[in-house]
Amino acid sequence: MEAVRTEPQGKTAALSFRNVDILFHRNNSSSAIAQAVKRLDEGGTREQIAAELGVTVGVANANLEIRRGEISVLMGLSGSGKSTLLRAANRLNKVTRGSVEIGNGTAFVDIANCDDETLRDMRRTRVTMVFQQFGLLPWRTVRENVSFGLELRGFTPNARRKIAEEKLELVGLTRWANSYVSELSGGMQQRVGLARAFATDADILLMDEPFSALDPLIRRKLQDELLDLQTRLKKTIVFVSHDIDEALRIGSNIAIMREGRIIQAGPPQEIISSPVDDYVRDFVRHMNPLPLLNAASVMRLLEVCPRWDDSTIQLDVTGHYGFNPVTATVSDRTGMEIPLQFHDTDDISELKVVSGCVYCVPVTASLNTVALLRQKSGMPVLISDASQIIGLCDDADMIGAITGVARASKVN
Amino acid sequence: MAFRLPWPGLKSPDCEARSMNGLEDWITSHKIPVGEVASNAVDWIRDHCQGGFDVISEAIGSCADGFTNLLTSVPPVLFVALLTIGVWFWKRAISTCVLVALGLLFIINQGYWQETMATLSLIFFATFTCMLIGVPIGIASAHRPWLAKILHPVLDLMQTLPTFVYLIPTLILFGLGTVPGTISTVVFAIPAPIRMTQLGISSVPKALLEAGDAFGATPRQRLWKVEVPAALPMIREGLSQCIMLSLSMVVIAALVGAGGLGVPVVRALNTVQIDTGFESGLAIVLVAIILDRLCRKKTH
Repeated sequence: MEAVRTEPQGKTAALSFRNVDILFHRNNSSSAIAQAVKRLDEGGTREQIAAELGVTVGVANANLEIRRGEISVLMGLSGSGKSTLLRAANRLNKVTRGSVEIGNGTAFVDIANCDDETLRDMRRTRVTMVFQQFGLLPWRTVRENVSFGLELRGFTPNARRKIAEEKLELVGLTRWANSYVSELSGGMQQRVGLARAFATDADILLMDEPFSALDPLIRRKLQDELLDLQTRLKKTIVFVSHDIDEALRIGSNIAIMREGRIIQAGPPQEIISSPVDDYVRDFVRHMNPLPLLNAASVMRLLEVCPRWDDSTIQLDVTGHYGFNPVTATVSDRTGMEIPLQFHDTDDISELKVVSGCVYCVPVTASLNTVALLRQKSGMPVLISDASQIIGLCDDADMIGAITGVARASKVN
Repeated sequence: MAFRLPWPGLKSPDCEARSMNGLEDWITSHKIPVGEVASNAVDWIRDHCQGGFDVISEAIGSCADGFTNLLTSVPPVLFVALLTIGVWFWKRAISTCVLVALGLLFIINQGYWQETMATLSLIFFATFTCMLIGVPIGIASAHRPWLAKILHPVLDLMQTLPTFVYLIPTLILFGLGTVPGTISTVVFAIPAPIRMTQLGISSVPKALLEAGDAFGATPRQRLWKVEVPAALPMIREGLSQCIMLSLSMVVIAALVGAGGLGVPVVRALNTVQIDTGFESGLAIVLVAIILDRLCRKKTH
């Protein structure tokens, strides 16, 4: 195998893009591309190069490390080069310059420059892919689609069948094994795509806008399923998305691309709290803050709340109810005690909320839970951290949190 | 008084006509030897490769005759019964079975069984040859744009050149009989499978090709596991077109001595017999309808 070099230090990167340029020319003229690379180095912009040489700069000087076992999201508007970069990781797009390294035991394989046989070997065993338009073979049954990669590797029919059954169970499609792909809904088809990718046991999973073709409800469901599978399978996932909400939901790292360049990369909190420029700021502004808000980010700490006297904190705006932190009781002006209920989880679907009763939830509870409790009980909601009541949340606190996007940076 | 030209330099109409004649004479006297070249080429081939053509002729001839003999050795009614049962298991459509049975019984009734079997054998052979050669050519040209560019006019020529024109050289090279009939039929029908295969392979969705690549398919695996299955409906369409085109050649094949339903048609034409003409024409139509129904894809 050529293009292999050893990396002594124990790196955690499963996949790294190094100085990657990807340029396209309509007729694949290598001289035009070479000229364009030169122009790019001289500081030519994407538009200039397209106008002068007819060369499209897909990706320019991209450097990115994808850490093992994490979901990294490549984000950007359409045409920003995010899919192009992703597809360089299994050479569906040819890299013009630079390298894409994939850890292979103790060695690293540069998939952008290795020979065909090595490339095939990497595609069969190390890097796998899920496509936006599913890319399933319509003349094959679901099971045959799932075992496609194994068939290419020359597995026996029995071995293929066994692994396919296993992976279909993983995505919950066991009873559809003998159906044809066209008989399945979009969401189910993409589950087949996932099962097919898992079947090769490759540790790197490339996902090219896998849920974009699905309707929002199914999309959300599949995101949850992916997160659930990921806690068990611990794959290294590179996920392309144009949807900031999706990126924030599933990504442990986000790289934002514009015009072929990576302009910011980091954990979601960092992207939200310190966007590097207006482009990123614009993305963050248009995101839906609600899923990210939790009790911790909307509550008011008890220390800052007004007090009736030394022992009692005023609970509501009108001042009818008070809370005594020492005895951990709620009472009204007349001294009558109001029932206080502790609820430890974020799941309140089973809880029968009693009107007039005060509820207490942990800081990790979602805004949705807090709002529902507030509305059904008619009382402010108390927030606890490590079984100590530390804050409260009323209408004004929630409205303040929703309208002030800046406060979203307090998440976690 | 002499007629004067209005201005010097302009020649009289008479003079102009004479010069036009001169040009025409010049053009006709320098005839480009298209016909001569073709004729010489055929002569050359006949002189130098006759042995090869004899072998081909012998092979095709004995295969086709053998197949015809096999078909005619089965008692007609038994053949109809077996075929109808076969169609039932294949198509599961009662209407198709009835059509096949009634159509073939009508042909027996009219007394054209031998000819029909000879025609079926000719069509079978021609179609088999067309698919054997046409599908690989179609695949090759779908993968190589330059080959497609060359093939395009050649295929057009094969389909538009009047059949009688290439009947003459085939006659010279292969003699009279089933063989020139089969070969002319192949020449006429082969563009269909080539074109349909090429179209099918080159219109395989990119997403499927990429899926194949992303899972590490070798070029051969990519062809057999992605491209050919994806193009199969088109290739099947090419097959049915090929069968129909072959059938349309039966009368012309009969002109060069191939047996089959074309023979009574030609004979009827030469002797102006309306009854024979209609009977055999109807038999051809019935064979066409039956073959068409059998080729047609099962509808769910």
